[in-house]
Amino acid sequence: MADSKIKIIRVGTASCGIAAGSDEVLKAIRGRVSQDVSVEEVGCIGHCYAEPIVEVVTSSGEEIAYSNVKADNGAIDSVLSLGNEFRFEIPRARAQKECIKVTRLAGKIVPTSIEEYKANGGYSALAKSLSSTPEWVIDEVKRSGLRGRGGGGFPTGNKWHFLSLKKADEKIMICNADEGDPGAFMDRSMMECVPHQVLEGMLIGAYATGATKLFIYCRAEYPLAIKNLSAAIKQIYENKLNVLDGRSLEIIIKEGAGAFVCGEETAMIASLEGKRGMPRFRPPFPTDRGWMSFPTLINNVETFANIPLIISEGGDEYAKLGTLTSKGTKLFALAGDLKYPGLIEVPMGITLGEIVFDIGGADRDSVKAVQTGGPSGGCIPVEHFDVAVDYDSLRSLGAIMGSGGLIVIGKERCMVETARYFLDFTHRESCGKCTFCRVGTKRMFEALERITGGSGTEDDVKFLEQMGPMVRKGSLCGLGQTAPNPVLSTLRYFRNEYDDHVKKRQCAAFQCNALTDVAIDQKNCIKCKLCIKNCPVNAVSDDFVIDNSKCTRCNTCIEVCPKNTIHRVKRGEGYYSSSPEVKNGQN
Amino acid sequence: MSSRFAFLSEAGMDRSSLIKGLQLVQKKEGFISDEAISAVAGHFAMSEAEVEGVVSFYAQFKRNKPGKYQLSVCDGTACHIKGSSLIQEWISMELGIRPGETDTDALFSLETVACLGCCSLAPVMSINGKVFGKLDRKGTIKILKDYRKNG
Ligand SMILES: Cc1cc2nc3c(=O)[nH]c(=O)nc-3n(C[C@H](O)[C@H](O)[C@H](O)COP(=O)(O)O)c2cc1C
Ligand code: FES
Repeated sequence: MADSKIKIIRVGTASCGIAAGSDEVLKAIRGRVSQDVSVEEVGCIGHCYAEPIVEVVTSSGEEIAYSNVKADNGAIDSVLSLGNEFRFEIPRARAQKECIKVTRLAGKIVPTSIEEYKANGGYSALAKSLSSTPEWVIDEVKRSGLRGRGGGGFPTGNKWHFLSLKKADEKIMICNADEGDPGAFMDRSMMECVPHQVLEGMLIGAYATGATKLFIYCRAEYPLAIKNLSAAIKQIYENKLNVLDGRSLEIIIKEGAGAFVCGEETAMIASLEGKRGMPRFRPPFPTDRGWMSFPTLINNVETFANIPLIISEGGDEYAKLGTLTSKGTKLFALAGDLKYPGLIEVPMGITLGEIVFDIGGADRDSVKAVQTGGPSGGCIPVEHFDVAVDYDSLRSLGAIMGSGGLIVIGKERCMVETARYFLDFTHRESCGKCTFCRVGTKRMFEALERITGGSGTEDDVKFLEQMGPMVRKGSLCGLGQTAPNPVLSTLRYFRNEYDDHVKKRQCAAFQCNALTDVAIDQKNCIKCKLCIKNCPVNAVSDDFVIDNSKCTRCNTCIEVCPKNTIHRVKRGEGYYSSSPEVKNGQN
Repeated sequence: MSSRFAFLSEAGMDRSSLIKGLQLVQKKEGFISDEAISAVAGHFAMSEAEVEGVVSFYAQFKRNKPGKYQLSVCDGTACHIKGSSLIQEWISMELGIRPGETDTDALFSLETVACLGCCSLAPVMSINGKVFGKLDRKGTIKILKDYRKNG
């Protein structure tokens, strides 16, 4: 088939696409098609495992998608000839379980084209709001039952109502785009792919609450999000969409500077004032006294992205989807040990099992747990995967909904190590204001270092159990209050792994270096010497025995072995030239 | 103020733009030198100690001159689960530097960061902002070698 049947070619160039090589694909395609084919850079459709993704729209309106399109693997030939190779089908189970509403336009339109956004219904919700009263808008948001998507789950309509009641020269509205949970990328994706939708939500909010100054506090690790938002804001100014009811609004992007705690609202306000991002005691709540003492409201990116939908379809309609206490859909960033990592949108009330197994394509026998809510959240074991996901059910399991990071943890991972990882993160990110958070998380981290480092005792485990609730109670802000969650939830569900580490000095997952040896399976070894050549510490002898007294557990030999004959094994099962009590490596 | 820091005027004079000012400095000079601290303090009419306090609070700000290529190994949850500590270890062995250090030729600096937002391609790293995903040992070392070859 000839080039002429192709009308539009869309190349996914969000961060994930680019990382997979889509910019080279884009260049290659641009070099090969004729003038009348429009080659567009679009966002991400959420199937990150299949990137780079290219979608072709034919003159008859048919849409054909191709996956894993590389500049040099012949896929482009297939794309340009509408061939069958590299065609992409959304996995059936995922298509059935997903509920695409908020992400409807992601990956379908050019992110920085206000015309395309408008042609697809964009800014009609703003127009509808403007033709009605601010009270009506707030009422619709209340009816929708929308709760904050940034983690706290506070009813958005109520927050807007509080700000609308304030009388002040300036009222401030902040979009929390700090996305601090390391392992979450919903907000990045929304800002990169549909920046106008986020901004429309903010403008509607500004109309409803009377806000005059709008900030977007975006983490600096998201350069493309910042670029696309800036372009969109420029178009808003050009189209005078920032003039509401005769008031002209200022929209300002501020880049974060790499501090997790700045995702907390009072810390964010301090940071926006140019100070160290230290949380402060509430009350006064930001709606009473926020940025530069003006009444201030903070909502998350995804919360704002839901607003145009609510206004368009009506709050009551929106509230039909979901559970009793949690309405609408939720975006999750699925990653970890599963087949189809990516961004998903599912109705509240879906079960974890449906997310992990049906949508994520994870192997039922290989999953141990799922981690939700990042450093503030917890690990939920596979036995509880039938729970219907909403704010309250996850909390009762010792985890939280969080902002939507969902990491699948396979059986070959160590849960104690996972807890250690999170405490390593939180104790470094603690701003240091509260003693329990500053010192408590550090002591908990040290206990976990001992346990994973092979010198932990039962007292260390007891210490964790006692200290966790104290840190929770003794901390001012959410960081300290939730920091013990990863430890307490793994203690609750995976106590046996802690016991193995301290009583048997074993890590069943062979992940903790100090409790693991490395050995070559002599039967299958083909004596190719790659391990000998590549070992950085010369720990492999000429007769292919690994000396665990020298080995640093760096896995280099395991990676280079062509026959997969080198494995991590129980501590004590490997060979030691000197006393095996010598501590090797650290975590 | 010396003309070297004249660009600070882009940030305005308001103290709430202090972080913006520091980000401009870092963008222009690659790090925040002692001279920059005093220039910024002068610009915003603050004490150097106040500026230093803000600089030290935020992980983004570097007080030492980085190498030509800034290597950021992601150690967010998804990447950690997928073995980012090993990736970092291999890079350290290859370049002879630990996180926070710069090699002797001032070619590479290494740091670990928490999440680059490409978790579905874990483990990932970025070099001067360009993201590389689905890393394994061989791929990582090849990328480093390519950069070194290009100087
Ligand atoms: C330590 C800490 C980090 C946080 N990080 C974020 C974040 O990255 N993004 C976010 O939207 N909310 C974050 N929050 C929650 C915010 O404080 C706030 O509740 C939220 O932005 C309110 O918006 P919402 O009601 O729309 O969810 C964090 C809270 C704490 C305590
Ligand atoms: S955890 Fe590494 S990119 Fe998100």
